[in-house]
Amino acid sequence: MAIYPLKETRTPPKSQTKAIAWLKDNLFSSISNAALTFVALYVIYLLLPPILNWTIFDANFDLTADNQSCGREGACWSFINANLKMFIYGFYPKEELWRVNTMFGLIAVLVMFGSLIKKTQYRVHYIIGSFLIYPVVAFVLLYGGLGLEIVETDKWGGLTLTVIVAAIGIIASFPLGILFALGRQSEMRVVRFISVIYIEFVRGVPLITILFMASVVLPLFFSAGMDFDKLLRALIGITLFQTAYIAEVIRGGFQAIPKGQYEAADAAGLSFMQKTILIILPQALKISIPNIVGSFIALFKDTTLLLIIGLFDMLAIVGAASSNSSWLGRETEGYVFVAMVIWVILYSMSRYSKRLEVRFSTEHR
Amino acid sequence: MFTKLKSLLYNNEVRAILFQVLAVVVIAYFAYQAFDNMMLNIEQRGIRSGFGFLNDEAGFAVNDNFFLEYSPASTNLQAFYVGIVNTLIVAITGIFFATVLGLIVGISRLSSNYLIRKMATVYIEIFRNIPILLQILFWYSIALSAFPSPKNSINFFDSIFLNSRGLYFPKPIMEGEFYFVLASLVAGIVGYIFIKKHSNKKHDETGVVTNIIPHFLGLVVLLPIVVYLVSGAQLEYPALKGFNFRGGTDLSIEFFALAFALSIYAATYIAEAIRSGIESVDKGQKEAAAAMGLTQTQALRQVVLPQALRVAIPPIINQYLNLTKNSSLAAAVGYTELVTIFSGTVLNVVGQAIEIIILTMLVYLTISLVISLILNIFNKKMQIKGK
Repeated sequence: MAIYPLKETRTPPKSQTKAIAWLKDNLFSSISNAALTFVALYVIYLLLPPILNWTIFDANFDLTADNQSCGREGACWSFINANLKMFIYGFYPKEELWRVNTMFGLIAVLVMFGSLIKKTQYRVHYIIGSFLIYPVVAFVLLYGGLGLEIVETDKWGGLTLTVIVAAIGIIASFPLGILFALGRQSEMRVVRFISVIYIEFVRGVPLITILFMASVVLPLFFSAGMDFDKLLRALIGITLFQTAYIAEVIRGGFQAIPKGQYEAADAAGLSFMQKTILIILPQALKISIPNIVGSFIALFKDTTLLLIIGLFDMLAIVGAASSNSSWLGRETEGYVFVAMVIWVILYSMSRYSKRLEVRFSTEHR
Repeated sequence: MFTKLKSLLYNNEVRAILFQVLAVVVIAYFAYQAFDNMMLNIEQRGIRSGFGFLNDEAGFAVNDNFFLEYSPASTNLQAFYVGIVNTLIVAITGIFFATVLGLIVGISRLSSNYLIRKMATVYIEIFRNIPILLQILFWYSIALSAFPSPKNSINFFDSIFLNSRGLYFPKPIMEGEFYFVLASLVAGIVGYIFIKKHSNKKHDETGVVTNIIPHFLGLVVLLPIVVYLVSGAQLEYPALKGFNFRGGTDLSIEFFALAFALSIYAATYIAEAIRSGIESVDKGQKEAAAAMGLTQTQALRQVVLPQALRVAIPPIINQYLNLTKNSSLAAAVGYTELVTIFSGTVLNVVGQAIEIIILTMLVYLTISLVISLILNIFNKKMQIKGK
């Protein structure tokens, strides 16, 4: 019997493995492709050097420099350093900052403790409990009372305000959104009509008009004695706005559920409430989670509009800080810094939502 | 009797009616309360009500004004119209550039060229994750500092000037001769459409492709220019007088910052819509096109894009709507569109918040309705026949 010894594996030809092969495949596969590469390189050549020069090479990284000594060729990063507290906390009194930090710290503690008891039977109680108790604790910490000094809401600002408004907006609009989504699905004509009108109206107008409505018109609807906090008015406006979008997202979830689920629930003799709460909602919410995160991202972006009605979110702080006489004309540094912070937050959220989409997709691939 | 009533209460239809009546009563009660309080508040504060204010003198100047007659002596109603026109102008400009940019970037994202692909991805990921208001303010501050003062304007042929206040260019004097130019432009477009139809028909029947780009250049570009030169129509040129330009017409720097930011932002979403549209086209279609001997460009233009657009256009139209709504953020930089003029200046002068904000909302609602109407018509038309 002949024995065939294994031949030694030949290495692929050099032109196929080295960087040259990669370049040839990806950048110079044809004449037009090579031309495109040169166009792209030219665009990069035009854009990148000025940006890098301004942010890094010509920039002044001396964090103690003042506006004069900083120079005008490049960015002056000491502007950010000098106003960092304002960017994060707004005008919150310096001695009371620990309260804001505690509030954020508590979230981390809650999440960590939550992941510890994730597998136990108390999971649901824990989540519901924290959602009920935490907002009260957070409010007392931020606003004051119970022995803490009162800090009026017009002192709140910066990233703190952005996060608070986005969080309250999404949490408050959630139950309302579910109601309107159910209303739009309802067989009761009047209820459906009201829901459709509300949702389509809100989705048809810009957020800024709703914020104007909430800040100027809303106080007129209540008797003169009631004094409305500016932040509260903005929150009402944002919640009303977000409700319509959440309702549409959840309605999408309802529509994605096979009809058989509804029929099976009816056949099992469940009442409308049982059917909705036990069978339909859990599935609908699960399907819509990626879109809810998407909607939260949009809300987070929209919180910047607070500056137009005179609240000091992170973006408004740029204006406030650079109109200070000792830092005149440093808007660009401020905008770039805020853009980077918000970008990191939003980009990680959108990555997260992509991952959720993959995890929750029940489609067979 | 009691059991009968009880069974009636558990009847689904009766319950539904009861529930709806209850809902209406609750809403009506709150609406009544709100209205009552409102009337009381208005009376106490001495605010006027009704739409009479529309006929009052506006009393403020407007930076950007294109077609309409407007001066501080005009009424608030005219200011309202100027606001609507300016909103539409910035929205249409933004939509045009966002579409062009979005199309280029969307196709680039699927390019076989590594560099082009990565650049498109980086562009999308950066600009989509930064709030639009921040972008508007950023470009505005850049534009203010990057462009020269009116004295040192960038000068094109002594007739177009670019400076930190805006772009100044000649304005046609709307008299006798100029209507000839307009008429020739319209005639040129009509003629071009006619030729285009003819060449399409020829293509359908014989398969011969005619190059009609020269026809386009001749009829739509050259003809009006020739008529302009021959007829002796006049233009009014902008000229530096004191600290600023007089005469001619101009687009303010606020307009540029706003239109630029809106286009850049919306283009990222349009690019993603186009990419997912192209990805939705079956691979076999491209292979079939290649097998038929079409070049890559032909395959893209005649096979892939028409099918991709069916998927991509609904989200794109949604982005057009978003862009139009986002144009209301002009209030932050002071481009004089609807919200700035009407919900800003007029509201401050008149104080009738309810009427003014409702009118503003109605304009946007109308635009939304028109756009969703277009979308519905498109969806009906684009449904694959025979399914």
